[in-house]
Amino acid sequence: MALRSSVTRRTLTLGLNSTMLLPLSRSLQTFSLPDLPYDYGALEPAISGEIMQLHHQKHHQTYITNYNKALEQLHEAIQKGDSSTVVKLQSAIKFNGGGHVNHSIFWKNLAPIREGGGEPPKASLGWAIDTHFGSLESLIQKMNAEGAALQGSGWVWLGVNKELKKLVIETTPNQDPLVTKGPHLVPLLGIDVWEHAYYLQYKNVRPDYLKNIWKVINWKYASEVYEKECA
Amino acid sequence: MAATTSMVTSLTFTIPSLGLRLPTRSYPCLKPQRRFVRKAASNVITATYELKAPPYPLNALEPHMSRETLEYHWGKHHRTYVENLNKQVVGTDLEGLSLEDIIIVTYNKGDILPAFNNAAQAWNHDFFWESMKPGGGGKPSGDLLDLIERDFGSFERFIEEFKAAAATQFGSGWAWLAYKANRLDVENAVNPWPSEKDKELVIVKSPNAVNPLVWDYFPLLTIDVWEHAYYLDFQNRRPDYISVFMEKLVSWETVNTRLEKAKARAAEREMEEERRRKEEEEGKPTNEEEDDDLEMYVDNDNDDSEAE
Repeated sequence: MALRSSVTRRTLTLGLNSTMLLPLSRSLQTFSLPDLPYDYGALEPAISGEIMQLHHQKHHQTYITNYNKALEQLHEAIQKGDSSTVVKLQSAIKFNGGGHVNHSIFWKNLAPIREGGGEPPKASLGWAIDTHFGSLESLIQKMNAEGAALQGSGWVWLGVNKELKKLVIETTPNQDPLVTKGPHLVPLLGIDVWEHAYYLQYKNVRPDYLKNIWKVINWKYASEVYEKECA
Repeated sequence: MAATTSMVTSLTFTIPSLGLRLPTRSYPCLKPQRRFVRKAASNVITATYELKAPPYPLNALEPHMSRETLEYHWGKHHRTYVENLNKQVVGTDLEGLSLEDIIIVTYNKGDILPAFNNAAQAWNHDFFWESMKPGGGGKPSGDLLDLIERDFGSFERFIEEFKAAAATQFGSGWAWLAYKANRLDVENAVNPWPSEKDKELVIVKSPNAVNPLVWDYFPLLTIDVWEHAYYLDFQNRRPDYISVFMEKLVSWETVNTRLEKAKARAAEREMEEERRRKEEEEGKPTNEEEDDDLEMYVDNDNDDSEAE
């Protein structure tokens, strides 16, 4: 993983001829596709291997590729002091960077059943869910309702407001990260409701996808994040 | 008589931006066929809007767009928009309005009301099926081609731009070729093209359910770039889907017919404008309504100015 990024970094710096000579410019970090901690087929039957492979190798990879490209262009524009290009690039960075951020979280939000996928949260997160939503079932119902009602493409999130130490359910459109809904919001788990996340298997029946995905939700990761923010 | 008038009045909307379907000058019996589908004691939700079938069998676009895609896209997605629209509209003031009217009203200048998504998507999909045909593609001719060459430089450049718009509509949405002949600045509705660019062909893209009717354009052609439109056949490869659509599916005849209609309506509007302006000049009493051009209201029983 480290080797891969250093190769890319070098390649990138060679591409920007001037950067090698300018001591002031830092070399640009490029991003690469994180490996999945499980096989593509390991989440079946909740999510098909075909979907996981396309989702990871095509969609996520494309966000990363385009994010890197936009960052490179941004870097150049900043160096040149080209403010209108800097501003123009913001939407590409939001789309593609957001896509990278969100999907990186998503892969960690999922786990095969034999590795704890679907096991309900315990400890502080479990307690917080019961306190705030009444029960895990109630949380799930709310998130599914929000996810199903989302028009177009986007995400439904369980997050924590790290200032107020409160759990929240939010949706974001397109690839907007959760933080766009509030600067203190930290994502615990997100469910991708873009059609590419479920179409090949569930077609237009998004509610079925939402019902089944809970079988492979990795509450361990969500708990870790929660405990870190609310220790 | 008065009763009839006010009944008619309560059903009307001042929506001059729709131009010719609703003459801007006045609103006499606007929709003589306004459908009162709800009977007093009825417990049945009457379907006001119907799911129209595409003008070809579901397998007719193969191999470019599979039968399976049509079965889901038309048979499930489009059908659901229509069914949900009917449920949303029944018993409300929107009931009985044409689909286009509902779209304009519920767009609400950008402050979208609940029925908009279903109404606009129902319309968009009708428009989409009709934009395609088996054995489609190729090149337009005549006036349409002339205008394309005038406004985009060449047919090839037009194709490039249209494909780029479709490919870069992030998330769900649509790309459009439209005839822009609006006169009004549609406040707060983020009209994508400046007012100088008038009586021209434009390419626009729109997110989710939005369509160019809300900017007072005349849509001529559309491609659906929601993932459900291409995922079964092309998966993530949206650019391939777009190319196939342009090369093999577009019905230029339909686009042509739409352009002719659009030009005719634009001309009618202009004449209306002329006539109104002349009357104002000659000091004739004008209809009060015109000053409230952009006002939209429902059930205004007090409004008697309709009475001509």
